[in-house]
Amino acid sequence: MSKEFIKGNEAIAEAAVRAGCRFFAGYPITPQNEVPEYLSARLPEVGGHFIQGESEIASVFMVFGVAATGIRSMTSSSGPGFALKSEGISFLAGGQIPAVLVNVSRGGPAIGTIEPAQQDYFSAVHAPAPGGFRCFVIAPQNVQEAADFVYEAFDIADKYRTPVYVLADGMIGNMMEVVELPKMRDLAELPSNDSWRFNKYNDDGSARILSTYMPMGELMQKKNKEMAAMYEAWEKNEQRWEEYMVDDAEYIVTAYGSSARIAKSAVKELRAEGVKVGLIRAITLFPFPKDAFAKLDYAKVKKMFCAEMSIPGQYIYDVQNAVLGQSQIIPIQTSGGVILETDMVVAAVKENL
Amino acid sequence: MEKIYERVSFTSKTSPTGYCPGCGHGTAHKLFARALEHFNLRDKTVLVYPVGCGGLAMPWINVNVIGAAHGRAGAIATAIKRANPENFVISYQGDGDLAAIGTAETIHAANRGESITVIFINNANFGMTGGQMAPTTMLGQTATTAQSGRSLEEHGAPLRMAEMIATLDAPKYVARFALHDAKNILKAQQGIMKAVELQVKGEGYSFVELISMCPTNWKKSPAECANYIDETVLKAFPLGVFKDVK
Ligand SMILES: Cc1ncc(C[n+]2csc(CCOP(=O)(O)OP(=O)(O)O)c2C)c(N)n1
Repeated sequence: MSKEFIKGNEAIAEAAVRAGCRFFAGYPITPQNEVPEYLSARLPEVGGHFIQGESEIASVFMVFGVAATGIRSMTSSSGPGFALKSEGISFLAGGQIPAVLVNVSRGGPAIGTIEPAQQDYFSAVHAPAPGGFRCFVIAPQNVQEAADFVYEAFDIADKYRTPVYVLADGMIGNMMEVVELPKMRDLAELPSNDSWRFNKYNDDGSARILSTYMPMGELMQKKNKEMAAMYEAWEKNEQRWEEYMVDDAEYIVTAYGSSARIAKSAVKELRAEGVKVGLIRAITLFPFPKDAFAKLDYAKVKKMFCAEMSIPGQYIYDVQNAVLGQSQIIPIQTSGGVILETDMVVAAVKENL
Repeated sequence: MEKIYERVSFTSKTSPTGYCPGCGHGTAHKLFARALEHFNLRDKTVLVYPVGCGGLAMPWINVNVIGAAHGRAGAIATAIKRANPENFVISYQGDGDLAAIGTAETIHAANRGESITVIFINNANFGMTGGQMAPTTMLGQTATTAQSGRSLEEHGAPLRMAEMIATLDAPKYVARFALHDAKNILKAQQGIMKAVELQVKGEGYSFVELISMCPTNWKKSPAECANYIDETVLKAFPLGVFKDVK
């Protein structure tokens, strides 16, 4: 398969097209502008549709409407835009509609900065909107993974009929790397959506009603329980993480996304100096890879380090929740668009040997 | 020798406005700053800035400023003026901000007849984010999200905010000017003076749209931009006073 030297945002966009995405709606925001820009020209070439909404709210509801008709759909934005998309994400989850959301995140809160940051972790992982639901959240660490995960996100979304949230950042979106793009999917091979898309009548001629309104608490609770069961199934079957030199490690660094890539360089440097250190990289953020932390031999682990580009820390809460007090966890944090550096991680570990 | 021109007294001597050469924002700022100076309003002024290039002049303008979320300036300006009627409130917004994401806030502030002055920079694209299509982009004009040009069938026609707002009952003064040559800039200055005076007298809502060029994203020299405004933009956006309630 051919390799291409391509910018992250364009790799995300092209991977979506190859996964069978035929509808995209979005609104400009840095650092993800190349996603809508690329798709505005590319989607019509494959018979798809691009709409620049008048806002992120309009855009996410365009996706809500189209995805509910069974067409693979995506929207992308960055922090301030995701604040506005939250209503629509809640409707996607409540309506059990598969769709892909890509956050090329930047520093916050509010307008913040346009530089890369990991400050949308809580928002993506724990509370994409009020109403107590989850998205399936997956975090690439480089351009190749950004393409691969976006491609796969459409399958996960269809499998579980859920919004799938790809949490990237401005570094991944704007960096150019050599990437092997996934193959173009034949739309005829995609799973049938006839059983659920709302613009098809049931076999007995009755109408389909797609409404997230529940007339009674009991019905809402029933649905909440079904969704909770799905999340439990994700936790059981879909946790994903990467381990690097963890087997004999006395010190463990954990991180996700861009920070993990940087932390891995630090681990390599420290290993070269004889420090027994390893890396656990969370790949799925929800379901959180708790098992990676549960199976550690805490008698052997002297200290843990949690690196992220967010102050205050966010990822660290899930790590603490997985480590359950069995090890000290030392935060290594930058924020607001200040990029984590290998040296910072190396220094933090050395100070704590 | 007689002094015939002077910089606006309160603006910064050290910070530049921050705009690209040829950009209309710098001119627009100079015009409304001049009006604030003329009516001695600097110390009462609250400037509501948009998200977009509008806000780049924050360090230069040297009046109290609040930065809105993208599109929400109309709501913020409304409420500040209601609760602080002694403040002079300007909402300064670009066309993505005012006419795309903030259309609802724009229309409703106008329809309630809030006692605010809205200055609307129409540069026919999303400037700050790099030249995407705006509701005001010309038919046929290329943009990064309309690479073969805006089309009527796909995108609709350029949205004429001044004309729309002039149909509402409450607004008192609604006008469109252009900033691409000296003659038009002088007219725009008069219009802005009028809009500012209206709020000073407590007479209600005013809306001044300013056709501006964006050489960086239009990918034209300032001179080519000025021609483009004359030959194309002013056909879609005719200049004039659409409402002037005495
Ligand atoms: C909710 C939200 N969406 C998108 C953005 C990104 N954004 C920043 S400026 C801008 C557009 C600016 O265009 P315009 O209002 O026309 O003003 P100009 O820069 O051309 O003066 C956008 C979309 C944002 N900051 N917040």
